[in-house]
Amino acid sequence: MSVDAWNKSGHDVQSSRNQANTLLAMTHVARSPMFYALASLFALFVAFLYGPIATVVVLAFQGPEGGLVFPMNGVSLHWFGALFRPQSIGDIWGAFDRSIRLGSIVMVATVLISLLAGLAFRRRFPGATILFYIVIAGLVMPSIVVSLGIGAMFEMLGIERSWYSSALGAHLTWTLPFGLLIMLAVFNRFYPVYEEAARDLGATGWQTVRYVVVPIIAPSLVGVALFGFTLSYDEIARTSQSVGALNTLPIELEAMQTNATTPVIYALGAMTTGLSLLVIGICLLALVAVRRHRERFGSDAGKAV
Amino acid sequence: MLNAIQGTPHAEERPRGASRSRHDIDAANARGRWQLPIIACLQALPLAAVFFLFFVVPVVLVVVVSFCGYETYRILIPDFTLDNFRDVFSESVTYRTYLITVKLCAIVWTVTALLGFLLAYFLAFQVRSRTWQTVLLLICSIPFWTSIVIRMIAWIPLLGRNGLVNRALLEIGAVNQPQEWLLYSEFAVIVGYVHLYTLMMIVPIFNSMMRIDRSLIEAATDAGASTLHVLRTVVLPLSKTGIAIGSIFVVAMVMGDFVTVDVLGGGQVASVGKQIATQLSYLQFPPAAANAIVLLLAVITMIVLLVRVVDIRKEL
Repeated sequence: MSVDAWNKSGHDVQSSRNQANTLLAMTHVARSPMFYALASLFALFVAFLYGPIATVVVLAFQGPEGGLVFPMNGVSLHWFGALFRPQSIGDIWGAFDRSIRLGSIVMVATVLISLLAGLAFRRRFPGATILFYIVIAGLVMPSIVVSLGIGAMFEMLGIERSWYSSALGAHLTWTLPFGLLIMLAVFNRFYPVYEEAARDLGATGWQTVRYVVVPIIAPSLVGVALFGFTLSYDEIARTSQSVGALNTLPIELEAMQTNATTPVIYALGAMTTGLSLLVIGICLLALVAVRRHRERFGSDAGKAV
Repeated sequence: MLNAIQGTPHAEERPRGASRSRHDIDAANARGRWQLPIIACLQALPLAAVFFLFFVVPVVLVVVVSFCGYETYRILIPDFTLDNFRDVFSESVTYRTYLITVKLCAIVWTVTALLGFLLAYFLAFQVRSRTWQTVLLLICSIPFWTSIVIRMIAWIPLLGRNGLVNRALLEIGAVNQPQEWLLYSEFAVIVGYVHLYTLMMIVPIFNSMMRIDRSLIEAATDAGASTLHVLRTVVLPLSKTGIAIGSIFVVAMVMGDFVTVDVLGGGQVASVGKQIATQLSYLQFPPAAANAIVLLLAVITMIVLLVRVVDIRKEL
């Protein structure tokens, strides 16, 4: 059985699905009433998802005299400007800075550790099953328990809690299960013959991983990175007891909303939402670029040797 | 044990058409195990280390701390006492809080499972083009990547006393005065949860549905089943793994939550997570830990019941 046959069988699945879909489309030319009912439900759901965020973005442009609710009292950039006046919002930029740094560290660590663990789980090793279940338990464990445990641990050891130690660990217990699950799914579908070919041609284990495996799974690694960053940037429950004296952005935001009296909090919300969208946009563009590149030139795998 | 992960047998859940090549791949995999497990061990080490240090040890500590004593000015007094648990179980507020939390969880589960199932069905079966499926799924998941706190705060100008919903209700004459129960209430908390967690249901259910052999649907239709009948007797049983995985997520998130309850409940709604967070804010570690252990047991019980339905590893 060759690579060709594997690829071909993959295409067969694809094309037979497509055929089945076309067949379905031909047999039911007219859409059923159910389609319209469900399509309306879907549209309502999308409105439900985006409505509140849109409201916040609109209200962020309130005039200087505007309040926390509609009606709009003029349109201005006043509240965005207020973000840059230190007295109107506490240490929001410090928190923002810490969140970005922490998110970046968590992102890199998540990609590296998940990739290594993904490679490990392709073979049998002692403790594999128990490790798998512990990681899954980390995913479903109520965050307050993890947070409390890490807080108590640092308290007992007499170590100061901070965003780069205890909170970093807390975030990793949240991002790594996602990273590992993605990697397991990726390697479940990975065709090992490429590696074998590399080895037959004399590549070392490291070269095989570096020039064959990593380029092939690169898009998934981008996905893991995206998960790692956004899950960390947004984390609040596991951070709450482990962050120490200096807060991350979500915690600062939560504290701010309890006594928010001006739309400055909406301006902040609009800004962070914009930033999230920017990160997603960049990642999607990167994925599209990789795919385009591969369609045109084939995979990068092996080019660098 | 790790068959599904190692990519050995169990070809049932593979895409159709690919199965004939499975045997060859298994053989290749077997030949591919050329490295010593020592390398695999080293590769797994960072993951194991992180989870040992920041998960296993802390959770064990929570158990230990739950048996410790405490005083106002000392956070922890090493001891072996069951007082903390006695306090948890003897106070009526505990039962009331659990009742509210479980009730919220049940309502949110019902709503998200129903919505998730219908929307996933729409995406998997009614939308026929792959491109549209991807685009619509992407539209659903983009808000997932934006700030959770902001997504919760965003309900305030809508549901508040002078919010848009109240205005609209007054406008059409459905009510004569602004409704107070819309915000800072159980209703608001439920809306917040549904907003945050429905995607957790849609994705795994959609994933299960995409694996359903389309010819089964055709066969059922040819045999005279109506669309609803097909939905109930073919699609629903075959997507139960997705439903179970989504349910595990939703149950775990809702049972332990204290952030949404805090922001949208505004002090009017109690939850177990919030009770623990409050105790922690007074640095009462031992009672908080005892409470957390009880919560953990409750969540584990619920999840074990759900996992009986599904083997997660087969789904990857």
